[in-house]
Amino acid sequence: MTLSRRTFVKVGGAALAMPLLGSRAFAQLEKIKIGFIYVGSINDNGYNYAHNQGRLYVEEQLGDKVETVYVENVPEGPDCERVLRELAQQGCNLIFATSFGFGDSVVKVAPQFPDIAFEHATGYMSGPNIGLYNARFYEGRAVCGTIAGHMSKTGKAGYIGSFPIPEVVMGINSFVLAARKVNPEFTIKPVYISTWNDPAKEADAARAMIDQGIDIVAQHTDGPAALQVAAERGIVGGFGQGADMSAFAPDTQLTAIIDHWGPHYLASAEAVLAGTWAPGNTWEGLKEDVVQMGPYGAKVPEDVRAAADEVKNGQIDGSFHIFTGPIKDNTGTERVAAGVTMTDAELLSMDWYVEGVEQPA
Amino acid sequence: MELTLAILITVVGASTPILIAALGELVVERAGVLNLGVEGMMLIGAIAGFVVQFHTGNPYLALLCGAAAGTAASLIFGFLTLSLSANQTATGLALTIFGTGFSALAGSSYSARPVTLMQPLFPADLATHPVLRVIFGYSFPVYFSFVMVVAIWYFLHKTRAGLILRAVGENDQSAHSIGYSVIGVRYLAVMFGGAMAGLAGACFPLLLTPQWAERMTAGRGWIAVALVVFASWKPFRLLGGAYLFGLVMTMELYAKAGGGPLSAVPSELWAALPYLATVVVLVLISIRRDASTNAPACLGKPFLPAN
Repeated sequence: MTLSRRTFVKVGGAALAMPLLGSRAFAQLEKIKIGFIYVGSINDNGYNYAHNQGRLYVEEQLGDKVETVYVENVPEGPDCERVLRELAQQGCNLIFATSFGFGDSVVKVAPQFPDIAFEHATGYMSGPNIGLYNARFYEGRAVCGTIAGHMSKTGKAGYIGSFPIPEVVMGINSFVLAARKVNPEFTIKPVYISTWNDPAKEADAARAMIDQGIDIVAQHTDGPAALQVAAERGIVGGFGQGADMSAFAPDTQLTAIIDHWGPHYLASAEAVLAGTWAPGNTWEGLKEDVVQMGPYGAKVPEDVRAAADEVKNGQIDGSFHIFTGPIKDNTGTERVAAGVTMTDAELLSMDWYVEGVEQPA
Repeated sequence: MELTLAILITVVGASTPILIAALGELVVERAGVLNLGVEGMMLIGAIAGFVVQFHTGNPYLALLCGAAAGTAASLIFGFLTLSLSANQTATGLALTIFGTGFSALAGSSYSARPVTLMQPLFPADLATHPVLRVIFGYSFPVYFSFVMVVAIWYFLHKTRAGLILRAVGENDQSAHSIGYSVIGVRYLAVMFGGAMAGLAGACFPLLLTPQWAERMTAGRGWIAVALVVFASWKPFRLLGGAYLFGLVMTMELYAKAGGGPLSAVPSELWAALPYLATVVVLVLISIRRDASTNAPACLGKPFLPAN
């Protein structure tokens, strides 16, 4: 169900009038109420859509034992604090803040509600009742990069990024490392457009890159605009991001990285029900099914599918990690020695590009 | 050469919706009304155009319905500010917020639904010709926007109706005292502005990116409002201004994506250029004493007949 923010204010006011009793933290529960806040619209066909699919998954799996509420289009800033407080006062036992920029607000609000479990996606600040969760999207990028390395004729791909944050940089690096294992001459030039959602700008960025010789496009923004331009121009292809975008470009989507948060949300909900929830720091990927790959496009030949499957399966059984050295950065300096795998902490603070990435302007 | 042509074509695509919306706002402001709801009307036009294109596949009907939806939205603004004399700034802002929310609601069941782009107006031989496509490769709204620049200039400066409209914007009491219906003229101007904004919004799913996405105009309505001031309420300057903004927005992306001479210019400079240009133009305008700013004297003031 959707609640307007006005209703939240009313309900929040009533809850404020009641004394906040005791701190019997994380007792066993018969039924839980879960709140979700999204930075964008659940109809974006990408990131926020995927989080909402996770919410629906929990509802489907737990049936009567769960009630969920969500608030979409919450700006990253003071407004988020207000929404978090309202959800807490409304009786939520578990609250998911699903965007990186909600972190500061979660850290401020969570201590005021010690018997509510908070979980923050893609963040880094935890607390006694703040858990962190993230997905290894870079594993999916490695699969996409493998396909790009095989299929690109020009050896150049375009990559539309939102902001140069570690999450995006990591994805670019993973894509290029995988592509260069196939074609050592492969390069990309990332274009940052300073927004998660501006379809016309995403489309123009794709046009700008295609006009200058790329024949594969990847994006780390929330919508399918770049993929549609790829289809319009008839280049080799592109990738879905966050969700299967084949509806927008059936022949052009080579595969898609699908965020599948459902299993994680279900596990957290069950832990809260059982009274066993503790703040965790999970970072799951293809193996745990939190990151899934979409179906291969019709254009992708058998041998490329096999190569992509190999990279995918290697990451599932743990035999392959894309960030295993030797890795040089794009100035030629060796950053990771042969045989060494980067730690999660190093990945989460990645601020340099690997060889093959032209330094963005 | 080939790249230059490709850039030009992208520039035209980026500039067209801004130009169309700004032309509508120019006429509205010339009649003395400040409608800050352009962004909201564009979004309403975008979802209306998208829905019609999705169900009928007729882009001309989609454009028409986008314009009609924009007009309907502008009538809400018109009723509040003209009939009820509400504050224009606040009402315009409210219209933008309403348009954002309404379009999101109306479009909520249309996610993951692509449409087809509008085809070029001219035959394929011309439209896909390697060089001539720069002139003949566009669909209807692009040519429409150029025609409207001339038509609006002609209307405002060469026709009696245009003179009346300007009189209403410059001195509503005088226009009223010699028998012109100030409110009537302003209603027509506001509706025209709404139609143009709606049509500009419909250009997003029909010309630029064939999908519906919430807030897909992403602030371009505000650029259109700013451009009217930038152009000191003159249609041909508006044409120049819209293409300057379109050029700079596009060049930023080509510079970031490219190698060669383009990438020598830092992208931050490209991003800052439109605003630098705005400052320079505003300074130039204000040091010319004779023309002052050319703003319609009654801009933004509600009309209350003296007697």
